[in-house]
Amino acid sequence: MKRNLSRIGYPLAGITLILVVWVLICWLGNLPTVVLPTPDKVVRAFVARFDILFSEGWITFKETIYGFLLAMVIGLPMAVAIANSRPLNLMFYPLLVALQSVPKVALAPIVMIWLGTGIESKLAIVWLVAFFPIIVDTTAGLRSTPRELLELAHSLRATPMQIFLKVQFPAALPFVLTGAKVAMTLAVIGAVIGEFVSSSEGLGFLLLSATSQLDTPLAFAALFALSLLGVFSYLLVEAVEMLVADWLPPMPEKH
Amino acid sequence: MAFGSVKNVRKVFSSGELKSSGDEPVVALDNASFEFEQGELISFLGPSGCGKTTLLRIIAGLIPKTSGSLQIGGRDISEPLGDYGFVFQSPSLMHWRSVVDNVLFPMEILRRRDAAAQRRAAELLDLVGLSAFSKARPHQLSGGMQQRVALCRALIHQPALLLMDEPFGALDELTRLEMNDLLLRIRRETGATVLFVTHSISEAVYLSDKVLVFSKRPARVAREIAVDLGYPRGQQVRFLPAFTALERSASEALGVIPPGAEPRDGLR
Repeated sequence: MKRNLSRIGYPLAGITLILVVWVLICWLGNLPTVVLPTPDKVVRAFVARFDILFSEGWITFKETIYGFLLAMVIGLPMAVAIANSRPLNLMFYPLLVALQSVPKVALAPIVMIWLGTGIESKLAIVWLVAFFPIIVDTTAGLRSTPRELLELAHSLRATPMQIFLKVQFPAALPFVLTGAKVAMTLAVIGAVIGEFVSSSEGLGFLLLSATSQLDTPLAFAALFALSLLGVFSYLLVEAVEMLVADWLPPMPEKH
Repeated sequence: MAFGSVKNVRKVFSSGELKSSGDEPVVALDNASFEFEQGELISFLGPSGCGKTTLLRIIAGLIPKTSGSLQIGGRDISEPLGDYGFVFQSPSLMHWRSVVDNVLFPMEILRRRDAAAQRRAAELLDLVGLSAFSKARPHQLSGGMQQRVALCRALIHQPALLLMDEPFGALDELTRLEMNDLLLRIRRETGATVLFVTHSISEAVYLSDKVLVFSKRPARVAREIAVDLGYPRGQQVRFLPAFTALERSASEALGVIPPGAEPRDGLR
């Protein structure tokens, strides 16, 4: 009971502290709303403009999820190919790891040139940022299958398909999910980058247009909506993780 | 002709097969020869890294031999026959499967997971005293219990040959003795032919019909020791003079003690 209290109490105390500091900065610094709105103005903007926040958020959410799924659908088979073929692995794995360090934001304008300003370019950017963690983690997972299990399967003359479905993939699943979690948080960022570079809808666009009209409370509200969207997308992956919990390694004993 | 015959099997790992690059080719196994009959339990006894595990993998068809001949049940072995049970040093169970599903894994690969297989899995788990745990997850079991599950998994498809690679090496001494007795009981009830890799002298003598003592790399069969203690065996045979004599003979072959050494020779 006491533990539960502290688990809720301490985070609440942290949030309260930040709100107090925020309000104090506004009052003591005598800052105009355009520079830093007080929390109550942000909340009012969030409530008053909820319809537009929701509809624009829905667009950003769709870009995030579709792009993420695209990254999964393309990344998983590629990871399987790379993990199982030594030539493919040697050809592409170092390249992939090197490409991972390219700042994808820098690619966004080029993607716009190729795919225009519609949803296609957003999906491409989300795909770009989400693709790497998925393929790198999945490949690592597939390659770390315990050797004994592979030998056991070979000694029974298992087919490559059986080895993949019954041994390699279940063993790699925790890695796949770790990659998916990283990919999902990056996917939200990717969607906003796409909207920043060129767009006429989405939360990123709303944020830009609000600041250009000096409507700072709305910009803050959009920021808040974005973080909610990020958390929600992440929770979706966690929900999938709970569905497949049977395949995950056991948690270490709690003491 | 013997059921299994290994003749002059030699294995050279080329530098390409080795993990570390730029190494000279390594002779892992040099002219290993022995024969065994159906239902026998043969131990490979030797120092770590002496190639006895390599020989086991060659017999399993998992890695190719460089030269020599290898026949089991009249068939030449160059690739897995799909007719082996394998027990490793670590239980190597699948954490995402229940105990009984782990045991049934070979039957799934062989596409024979039917009602009869289910019954046999239940019988085997009963034999090793784990009936109550068939729905449990591997991580809920102790190391010894997990290894018993691995043993059931190795026996479920009634393999012609049971290959065991230091299966009890990671267990504590008392659990190990228990597992030794369990293995002997299982062998009596299933008639399995067993090739057993170990580096424990007393375990090798206690379990086997025949102990093959391997020399250091390149491994060759330095001595073949027939263990004529008869079966069934209980832990009390360890205290027979004949048992001690066999342990001594294996120790001499391994170079642990000089031949014919008196109790305090070379000590001060």
